[in-house]
Amino acid sequence: MNGYWAIFQMRIKVLFQYRAAAVAAMMAQLFWGILMTMIFRAFFSSTSNPEPITLSQSITFIWLGQALLQLLPWTIDRELEAQIKNGNVVYELVRPLDLYALWFVRSMSLRIIPTLMRCVPIFLVAGLFFDLEPPVSWGAGGIFCLSIICAVFLSSAITTLVLISLFWTLSGEGIQRLLPHLSLFLSGVSLPLPLFPQWMQLFLSIQPFRGIMDIPCRFYTGVIPVAHAWKYIGFQLFWIAILVWFGQFLMKRATHRFVIQGG
Amino acid sequence: MFFWKLISISIRSQMQYSASFLTLCLAHFLATSAYILGVWALFDRFHMVKGWTFYEVCLIYGIVNIGYGIAESFARGFENFSRTLIQGDFDRILLRPVRPLIQMATHDVQLMRLSRALQGGLVLAWSLSHFSFSMFSIQTLVIVFSIIGTASLFYGLLIIQAAISFWTIETLEIMSITTYGGLQAGQYPMSIYDRPFRLIFTILIPLSCVAYYPVAILLRHESIPIGWAVIAPLSGLIFLYLACRLWNFGARHYLSTGS
Repeated sequence: MNGYWAIFQMRIKVLFQYRAAAVAAMMAQLFWGILMTMIFRAFFSSTSNPEPITLSQSITFIWLGQALLQLLPWTIDRELEAQIKNGNVVYELVRPLDLYALWFVRSMSLRIIPTLMRCVPIFLVAGLFFDLEPPVSWGAGGIFCLSIICAVFLSSAITTLVLISLFWTLSGEGIQRLLPHLSLFLSGVSLPLPLFPQWMQLFLSIQPFRGIMDIPCRFYTGVIPVAHAWKYIGFQLFWIAILVWFGQFLMKRATHRFVIQGG
Repeated sequence: MFFWKLISISIRSQMQYSASFLTLCLAHFLATSAYILGVWALFDRFHMVKGWTFYEVCLIYGIVNIGYGIAESFARGFENFSRTLIQGDFDRILLRPVRPLIQMATHDVQLMRLSRALQGGLVLAWSLSHFSFSMFSIQTLVIVFSIIGTASLFYGLLIIQAAISFWTIETLEIMSITTYGGLQAGQYPMSIYDRPFRLIFTILIPLSCVAYYPVAILLRHESIPIGWAVIAPLSGLIFLYLACRLWNFGARHYLSTGS
């Protein structure tokens, strides 16, 4: 276990280097959040029908999405990608560590560090000036935190799976270009999932990306009452189990196929 | 003319890997199309926003996306400009007997990015099928001008972003708020935004002059004489001209970073 912990700490130090870029990206996120707030205000003001979620809930959804944006599985570890392409991944196999677990831990650090760096300032600015509301209750806040921890695992499992798929596709240019947009939409960051048309709701409610943002946001805003929380946490755990199992299965297939070139 | 020759070299080099090129085109097309889905979902639920219907908004969405798609296709040289400066490669560009600005514009032309323009074009065509504009009319003229104005404006912003690097060396990432943020904001009618926001995108960056006002005047959402719909997009060209002036000014005062 110590090995994984050491690698996790190393990655944290590396990722904390990029602070200036993080500030610029945060400004862009604030801009987008303010823009969406204005767009929602305009749309909600032109209807009097009851909608699945209220205006203030929608705005809170958008800000939570921006604060926790880096949780989305939209990038993969560049170094690991290079390892697969140039074949250095074989050195990793020599180490006395499970390759899947190693990659999973690296993917987790790729998700956690940028999120930690950005969530506090955005929470503060949006909370103080731009209508991000606090959780509806202490219970909702607690379940939200638990659900976010599940989201980290879920997102890391997806990231690792995409990484493993590179053993087959090598370039993965297509999937890497689509992944950010796919995860922005299916997780509900672009537009809160409850606002999508009724006939899409069934599909949206069973796909795994939902567990990364939509479920935590629903807890936070009280769309899902705390009493029903176990069902949704169970949904997240179910997808984590499936994706981890599938990732390990693919990893085993891939490592059995390896042909090491050279002397 | 060097311009076309440089472009054709750049395009032919991408066509060497045609399978990869087509995959990228398809991915970019799907990725950029996702956003119209978001707009559609909102309209499916709310039907209207400030008096605008979905197909009316699609007219603006189409124009802005075509304009942005064209601009970003010729912007690779400007996007990577800070690296060109840092590595001292700009010295080499200055030595060649072609204007630096033209060399940057034709550097690595990203044909793949035109798939955003294609996507915008499809949305625009679908939207136009709801109106009874004739082919040769002032409406068509306004839309064509509007596309030219929007492309020029976004191109101007990308050039300014690069020109700032002459002084800062590093790319000012914050400028992406004006380019990519402008794209996001410009897809909806400007009238739905708050006043300070509208003023920034009208006076400082004339985004609403190139896309929103022409369309709003055509569809009679703003009661302004139609002549203005033809004139307003020209502000995009003026913006582009000023951006080029700034870039050339920077280039004249450039001190090499290389050793």
